[in-house]
Amino acid sequence: MKLGVVRFPGSCDDVDALHAARRVGDAVLLWHGDHDLQGVDAVIVPGGFSYGDYLRVGAIARFSPVMTEVERFARSGGLVLGICNGFEVLCEAGLLPGALLPNVSLRFVCRQVDVAVANDTTPWTRATTAGERLSIPAKHTSGRYWAPDPVLDELEAGGQVALRYAPGHNFNGSARDIAGVTNAAGNVLGLMPHPEHAVDALTGSADGLRLLESAAA
Amino acid sequence: MRARVLIRPKAGILDPQGQAVERALPALGFGGVADVHVGRLIELDVEEPDRLAEMCEQLLANPLIEDYEIDLEPSS
Repeated sequence: MKLGVVRFPGSCDDVDALHAARRVGDAVLLWHGDHDLQGVDAVIVPGGFSYGDYLRVGAIARFSPVMTEVERFARSGGLVLGICNGFEVLCEAGLLPGALLPNVSLRFVCRQVDVAVANDTTPWTRATTAGERLSIPAKHTSGRYWAPDPVLDELEAGGQVALRYAPGHNFNGSARDIAGVTNAAGNVLGLMPHPEHAVDALTGSADGLRLLESAAA
Repeated sequence: MRARVLIRPKAGILDPQGQAVERALPALGFGGVADVHVGRLIELDVEEPDRLAEMCEQLLANPLIEDYEIDLEPSS
């Protein structure tokens, strides 16, 4: 499997994402100014502060040339994973429902969180088991997932809630403890915690690999 | 034409920034303050003011979470 990791000006987790992707396949960097996805089988939109997060988190990055291609790729069923700022970019681009608001604490929080798999049938979670807990670091200021109640009902009914914060781990105030959601087709997943920082027991946990292994399975 | 776009969090969405300001004011001795919300002001010169709503929908605001209001300054 060949994975592509997008690099925007202001991305800072692109190298870790590349490193993580190489645990399950080949991986290349995709430059934000290019219209070329280099024939990858899956795209990771990584964390960081794309375009300085000016205006709103993720708002400017969605208009970059590479995102035109990522949108096309996603809409034709291609596998796309948005992590943290990447999740925010995918929401702004309309590839995922909802939005990410400032944490209820208004503080930047960096901590290890437990997320439980809510749907183990998506392309990004199929190597996991429903209810399984993954220990993954989270680090952000704007990670409070929000969507109108009817949309949340629809997401839950349609199995689009892929990951939830375990009890006591929803530090940012996300609606219904949602940590990760997919689009209706399931090929696009966005989550706030960072699976690419949890790929080696040496640094605390290798649970993040489970998502990448799902995509490669 | 000079335009001002006021962007505010939608009613009903928790606004921790507004709450923080609301808590800070009484601490400074300013009483009688309630329902504080913090938004954004964008000022711009536009040649086609008719397209401002479109600009708001596509970039300046996120219509899912924010309301916007457009004020045009009469040309001097």
